[in-house]
Amino acid sequence: MDITSTTAQGATSDAGKRSPGPARQGARAQLSGLSRQRIRTAWLFLLPMIAGLGFVAGWPLARTIYLGFTDATLSSIDSYAFIGFENYLVYDNGEWYGLLADGLWWKSVWNTLYITVLSVSIETVLGVLVALILHAKFPGRGLLRAAILIPWAIPTVVSAKMWGWMLHDQFGVINDLLLKLHLISEPIAWTVDPSTVLGTIIAVDVWKTTPFMALLTLAALQMLPKDCYEAARVDGIHPVKVFFKVTLPLIKPALVVAVVFRMLDALRIFDLVYILTSNSEDTIVMSVYARQALIDFQQIGYGSAASTLLFLLVFGLTLAYIFATRLKLDGSGDH
Amino acid sequence: MRTFKLRTGQALFALAVLVLLIYTIFPFYIAIATSFGAGSGDGSLYLPESFDFGNYVSVFKEQPFFHNILNSALVSFATVAISLLIAVTASYALARVHFRGRTTLLLTVLGVSMFPQVAVLSGMFELIRMLGLYNNLGSLVLSYTVFSLPFSVWILTTFMRGIPKDLEEAAIVDGATPWQIITRIFMPVLWPAMVTTGLLAFIGAWNEFMFAITFILSNDNRTVPVAISMISGGSQYEMPWGPIMAASVVVTVPLIALVLIFQRKIVEGLTAGAVKG
Repeated sequence: MDITSTTAQGATSDAGKRSPGPARQGARAQLSGLSRQRIRTAWLFLLPMIAGLGFVAGWPLARTIYLGFTDATLSSIDSYAFIGFENYLVYDNGEWYGLLADGLWWKSVWNTLYITVLSVSIETVLGVLVALILHAKFPGRGLLRAAILIPWAIPTVVSAKMWGWMLHDQFGVINDLLLKLHLISEPIAWTVDPSTVLGTIIAVDVWKTTPFMALLTLAALQMLPKDCYEAARVDGIHPVKVFFKVTLPLIKPALVVAVVFRMLDALRIFDLVYILTSNSEDTIVMSVYARQALIDFQQIGYGSAASTLLFLLVFGLTLAYIFATRLKLDGSGDH
Repeated sequence: MRTFKLRTGQALFALAVLVLLIYTIFPFYIAIATSFGAGSGDGSLYLPESFDFGNYVSVFKEQPFFHNILNSALVSFATVAISLLIAVTASYALARVHFRGRTTLLLTVLGVSMFPQVAVLSGMFELIRMLGLYNNLGSLVLSYTVFSLPFSVWILTTFMRGIPKDLEEAAIVDGATPWQIITRIFMPVLWPAMVTTGLLAFIGAWNEFMFAITFILSNDNRTVPVAISMISGGSQYEMPWGPIMAASVVVTVPLIALVLIFQRKIVEGLTAGAVKG
């Protein structure tokens, strides 16, 4: 049987790493005898997770994709008609309609990508800098490491409100500080002015998510071998050169994982935009657009189509990443 | 010359540390100051004139905020309990048993954690109405559990792989059932990882906003993030910032306490999947 042979193979390679004594071989024979029952139990143990994910994530996703091809509305969610791709694009009386013909949709796509690229780039650079600081030994390091977790732990709604208040055009401390430092001549309505509002969202997002980046980078830094640094120090190589020639290439794999995680996270940005600038068209992002269509305008079909496109974007990026790195998930390589 | 260089280096480093500390803490400090009355009227923006608890009193008086906190606590604890139970058994199978389709399953689990919430919103809305859970906290427990499952399984699988095989083999030879192996052998070794996972699931559930604002209709059933987002004044231009900041401080303090106490565990959890995966 295929299953048992894979198991036996796994057991052999595992045992091969240690010393395969005669006693070990006896135990292995017994294990293979039990392995079929073990696999059955394994599936039993997996059942709640698979059922849960299938029922509450897989099924709703399938329904969302399906509803995207219907004219369902919130009030008539039980009776709707299949309308094909009309939610996406339809030609009627010399005019194009649908999601792909809606300028606001494309604006939301553009805003989402703009926020994602800028926010992730800035926080990667900042995160590495912060990680380098935290990697050095100094009094109060533990305190700083705890402090840096605070922005990460604060609910996004709270951080959006907090920054909304700090960026208030009349009473906000940001304007007050900038005025006192003579960096601006009059208060700026950061969250309203179309020229500053996207930058503001990116700045708040960077504040909230840099800790994640920094901690992942720090973990990678702490796993680096110390001896090459000793060698570099003895040879008198400048620390900046050491960073770019040694440290950066070594932490790159971990950094790539962190960047991908954060990118996928940034693409679905919702809370921050929704709270900080509510329904402003200047800052609309894909999640906000989709939810607005679904709930505020009650167009379940149209909103589902928008949701589906966002899902496809995220899904495509994930697949591209998995294939690009040939991510090893089996665990056979890492222990 | 060399000591001078060293000193300037140290001074610059100290400055960087200071800037970083202010950058991370200052916004929360302003929230606290505002909640005690700073920035209202002619007073200083940075320092309240006295410790005025008026904003705190008004938050609890003018809306069911105490109720909202209870709701959030209930939903978060239920989410942690259920997702840990499901994740521990699943990750045992994923980490310790070689079977066909294991990699595919792990990839699928990882894939679910990448789902944009809005992608399942309409399907989930339908499901929740079908189950009769609309405007019921159960809808949130259900959706949060599923969204915290992937990383719980991921982290626990990573940790469980690190446990030596010998322990388990000995137990198998002695005739222990898999359930006994999990509860008697793995649980005692695994509890630090479970604390980590539980903390992340708790924070995730405590902070979630999109499902909470969509599936819950009445004030009394709302969780705190939604309650805070709904605090409003007479008009768009008269936001009651004092009470909003007071409410924000109330819901954030428990989280900060958790972060300070369990700092190491949280960092372990955040980095486990990413670095080792």
